[in-house]
Amino acid sequence: MISSQHIEKEHGKGLLFQMKRIRRFEEKSAEMYTKSKIRGFLHLYIGEEAVAVGVLNALTDDDKVLSTYREHGHALVRGIDAGAIMAEMYGKQEGCSLGRGGSMHLFDIKKNFYGGNAIVAGHLPLAVGLALADKKQKKDNLTCCFFGEGAVAEGEFHESMNLASLFKVPVLFVCENNGYAMGTALKYTHSMQDLEKKGDCYNIPSAAVNGMDIMAVANATKQAIDEIRRTGGPYFLICNTYRFRAHSMFDAELYRSKEEVEEWKKQDPIPAFQKLLVDQDLISKEEIRKMDQDIEQEMQEAVDFAEAGTWEPVEQLTKFVYSDSLENR
Amino acid sequence: MHEYPTVAKITYREALKQAIREALQDNDRVFLMGEDVGRYGGAFAVSKGLLEEFGPERIMDVPLSESGFAGTGIGAALGGMRPIVEIMTVNFSLLALDQIVNNAATLLHMSGGQLNVPVVIRIGCGIGRQLAAQHSHSWEPIFAHIPGLKVLSIGTHEDARNMLNLALKEPDPVIIFEYTAMLNIEGEAQSDLEVDIHRAKIRRPGKDISIITYGPGVYKSLEAAAELSKAGIDAEVLDLRVLRPLDVKSIIASVSKTHRALVVEEAWKSVSISSEVISIIVENAFFELDAPVKRLCGAEVPIPYPKHLEDACIPQKEDIVNQIKKMMS
Repeated sequence: MISSQHIEKEHGKGLLFQMKRIRRFEEKSAEMYTKSKIRGFLHLYIGEEAVAVGVLNALTDDDKVLSTYREHGHALVRGIDAGAIMAEMYGKQEGCSLGRGGSMHLFDIKKNFYGGNAIVAGHLPLAVGLALADKKQKKDNLTCCFFGEGAVAEGEFHESMNLASLFKVPVLFVCENNGYAMGTALKYTHSMQDLEKKGDCYNIPSAAVNGMDIMAVANATKQAIDEIRRTGGPYFLICNTYRFRAHSMFDAELYRSKEEVEEWKKQDPIPAFQKLLVDQDLISKEEIRKMDQDIEQEMQEAVDFAEAGTWEPVEQLTKFVYSDSLENR
Repeated sequence: MHEYPTVAKITYREALKQAIREALQDNDRVFLMGEDVGRYGGAFAVSKGLLEEFGPERIMDVPLSESGFAGTGIGAALGGMRPIVEIMTVNFSLLALDQIVNNAATLLHMSGGQLNVPVVIRIGCGIGRQLAAQHSHSWEPIFAHIPGLKVLSIGTHEDARNMLNLALKEPDPVIIFEYTAMLNIEGEAQSDLEVDIHRAKIRRPGKDISIITYGPGVYKSLEAAAELSKAGIDAEVLDLRVLRPLDVKSIIASVSKTHRALVVEEAWKSVSISSEVISIIVENAFFELDAPVKRLCGAEVPIPYPKHLEDACIPQKEDIVNQIKKMMS
């Protein structure tokens, strides 16, 4: 059920478009994985689209974004070209990280997108540091850091929350709680499962929101950002969500029932939001058909771009272990 | 603009402090963060008085969160600052090792050259103050193992006074090892010296044998060389200074001149800096050797508390003298 409220027509269509793009991109990725075009780990975001779209649409281009290894959706919404992401997953040098990172390490500094981080909670201190640098340089942007509820059990989560609050730096901590740290449910990994209460321990305002409801995520993010702008300090936003697919392509999903997954699929954020827009006459059937068609074409072009990509010459293997000089930046 | 005399007889501690002070004066983007660096004045009084002089924005006390604040320093470096992160002692550095290895050393290569990390991490290190097994470590080899890091070892007053400023001009992460057992030793520190932090340095030229060493081994080797000269043995002392990347040319040049080599270090013997130095010699200068290469290293035990056992753990001047006499006989 999506929060009922006034939705501006173009804005609503834009949100739907972004969610559908992520969904289709991820389906295409799974397809390319089964064809062995993509290797390594592949973590799909299907089911969680409302979080990335709801949060990131509230940011400015100057705000910095850090994400996890389940970050294709964040990268797409942030404006990294679908072809550059697909090429990255193919390992081609036309990829957004020169093909060196793959699925888990998408970077694009021009978009202020700082990965693609695959040590759970390892990027939280970086977010605090980026925000600290901005504060010291009197810039007024914030840093948005996505992580899963698995990260909340890590020491670096607690250290980073404490540091962000002590230093009073503008970090929006966004916990995407999909209920499972890989295959272990929340109740087996957290002694106290109301994650938003952990904000209090660090004197950080926090809120929990239904992450399957794009408007609820968007509204909660707007409130969070207003609070960050008002105080200059951090905010902790928990988006309760669910991944419909396995943790990664290696996951046999022995830890949860098919019934549970089917139950959550009833809350699928995309059909729910599409229905709302249709019911409110904000989008026509023809516009939806056209939207789906455009996305299909974009994703096919992304695959074509990746297919046509080239391999980085082996001679460049050791390039960028060290910088040549600061001026390269 | 700096009021320090060009050549002064000062303690190793004072030399380190002058270097930090100069760095803070020279560049607004430089700041120092670490446990007890401000109000306490530094666990070893290296930063005493700097909080009063530069204020809490430049001299930042942090909680006991090694991973958190090391990562914050790395993030601040990504954000355009030039942080000096002090890890009080190397004993605590393993708590920050994830940040140093998986972020600082990795981001440049993994992002395809988009993100360099100009952070300087100073670490108090070494054995010799009867601090027992958990506070007496020589872990230079652990850090020197990691591609992407530059690792410096301060074995002289000259380097204590001059290395930091050069490290802060590096575009990539620099780990600096300082030796707490040397803090009270007085020595000459020329402040305007041309120091090259990419090269090893001959501290005493000689023709009969090369003593290749770093850190606390430098002064011990110089004392040993002085004693050996009375016995008619002219030993060269090569201070490696840069433990990664090792200065292969200087090692080969010295051995090619003297045709004998003894490697001296305090770290545990197996898989150490000496292992690497000897490999370099054997791979590159085997036919220059007149005798097998030898080494004196730390005993492979947890360092015990009693003075006589602690002394027995690390090479002493007498050990160096005796070993060389044996090698020359």
